[in-house]
Amino acid sequence: MSEETAILEARSVSLQFGGVRALSDVTFSVTRGELFAIIGPNGAGKTSMMNCISGRYTPTSGQVHFKGRDVTGLKPNKRAELGIGRTFQNLALFGHMSVLDNIMVGRHHLLKNNFLNGALYWLGGAQKEELDHRRTVEDIIDFLEITHIRKAIAGTLSYGLRKRVELARAVALKPDLILLDEPMAGMNLEEKEDMARFIIDLNEEWGMSVIMIEHDMGVVMDISHRVAVLDFGQKIADGLPDEIMSDPRVKAAYLGDDDDAVGGGSREVA
Amino acid sequence: MATTSLRPCGDFRTTYRQDTTIFDTRNSRWAMLLFLVALYGMVLVPILAPGVEEAPVLSTVFSPFYNAQYLSLAIQACYWGIAALGLNILVGFTGQISLGHAAFFGIGAFGSAYFNNTFGIPVILSIPLAGLLAAAVGLLFGSPAARIKGLYLAIATLAAQFIIEDLFIRMDWFTGGSYGSLANSIELFGLTFDTDAKFFLFALTITIIMYVAASNLMRTRDGRAFVAVRDHYLSAEVMGINLTKYRVLSFGISSFYAGIGGALYGHYLGFVSAEGFTILLSIQFLGIIIIGGLGSVMGAMLGTIFMVLLPEVMTAGVDVIASTPWGDTPMITNSLAFFKEMAIGAAIILFLIFEPDGLAHRWRLIKAYWKLYPFSY
Repeated sequence: MSEETAILEARSVSLQFGGVRALSDVTFSVTRGELFAIIGPNGAGKTSMMNCISGRYTPTSGQVHFKGRDVTGLKPNKRAELGIGRTFQNLALFGHMSVLDNIMVGRHHLLKNNFLNGALYWLGGAQKEELDHRRTVEDIIDFLEITHIRKAIAGTLSYGLRKRVELARAVALKPDLILLDEPMAGMNLEEKEDMARFIIDLNEEWGMSVIMIEHDMGVVMDISHRVAVLDFGQKIADGLPDEIMSDPRVKAAYLGDDDDAVGGGSREVA
Repeated sequence: MATTSLRPCGDFRTTYRQDTTIFDTRNSRWAMLLFLVALYGMVLVPILAPGVEEAPVLSTVFSPFYNAQYLSLAIQACYWGIAALGLNILVGFTGQISLGHAAFFGIGAFGSAYFNNTFGIPVILSIPLAGLLAAAVGLLFGSPAARIKGLYLAIATLAAQFIIEDLFIRMDWFTGGSYGSLANSIELFGLTFDTDAKFFLFALTITIIMYVAASNLMRTRDGRAFVAVRDHYLSAEVMGINLTKYRVLSFGISSFYAGIGGALYGHYLGFVSAEGFTILLSIQFLGIIIIGGLGSVMGAMLGTIFMVLLPEVMTAGVDVIASTPWGDTPMITNSLAFFKEMAIGAAIILFLIFEPDGLAHRWRLIKAYWKLYPFSY
């Protein structure tokens, strides 16, 4: 895939913790405007991959390129400024802040006021800037249908709503690429449908490229354009949802090897 | 959550500007303004019209602040309140810890006296300069915060406390060594703030400025970043917040506040000596913000007022007990100093157990109760 169309490229990314190889030689690329899903059994290294992209971990070897630029060594906050936003698998909201403030934190790198003119508020233009951004944040709140809880303290919300606020906060970063780590975990059917709708809208209307980790195969196969499968830290497949569904190696990874059923598709790695 | 339901019926916001005010409701804003105007009035009127505090009816209004003791307590609340607010920004909002706040307070006190005495900088300018000096030292000693947190940071700041305290004695040129240094009165536009009443007006003004600044800070970008770093530093970093910068910056701002508070303290007493800035004062500042409420601007002031009044209440209590026949024993009357210290400790423990969110939270509950009675939700 050429550099122009690929918004993100992982080039043989490996990640080791002592003797544990969390990722080995994972290579894939995400096209601009694509809704890309990473699936795999538990412990396959999906979240580690996410952390390598967002900057929590630095790969032991290999590179991550974002918009044609090598971001492998950059800190997470720099990557956020470049346009990578993410949500977390375990909720990571700022529990004592209101929903509104949580989302406003997402505007951090877009705001210019600092502690000096922030403290002066009315004099240094901080008020005007804050209010301008508040307008954008309200658009996001409106879009994600969380208007009724905008003043609630984030820590008091239900699980499904917190997930949604987290998504709102990531969207507020105005990212070009948004990483969603299990956005639908622990949700009921209705919440899942809402979330799926939001993700598609983000992708199609807001023009964000999406990388999503999700265990709900129904959702993944329905909404994603392309799917990569990780197993024991290795990418075992990469392609259109239908191809993935029928890939014998993927079946083997999820359901286990059956000596009779799968001949040539068994994994080389023990 | 309680605050969301507290808006009076019919008080709708139609602009975002109305929705980002410091005070939640119009009433609370006006109540605060009235309170401050009354405070100014009570002190200002007797200065402008001497004798009014002794006039028959008016004395009930104006005499409280013409009591030298009350006035000195009020001034103490001002300079402690500023320093405590600084510590609250560091501990309550950014979630770090400092056991060296008294040292930065001391740097402010010595610094302002030094700038004024040595370079002849007017006191009104030497106070903010002293704040900046304290902030610089705070940034230096806060830099470990970039790497360590929790207990380890506590120890690092404890080291700062002892190092700076030691320097106060040794750096004769700066502090006057063990003799201490003299601090002049504040002069502004030909006015000299030499009496307690005048000084209180000055200190109150500075306090209001510092509190408004902190409130503003907390509703803008960097204030939110502090709280984000406190609540979840990992996701704060993913949201584009530079952890190192904000952890260290918090120390700087906190020390700036301590420096301003210390400078006021120095110019109030007129004399600064190194003994005043021990670890006990650091602990006392921590006690203030625990009692007042971590992560609350108003809580810092409530806690300060509590801490300032506590020894007075203890004194009064001991006096009452001593006046009864069975209480008039040396054990009680002679141990007043210990009772005061014990009361501070007891207050901190009791607050941690019964009201860990401090007076600020209790105040919110009272307001909620007032608003919602007779229903509990």
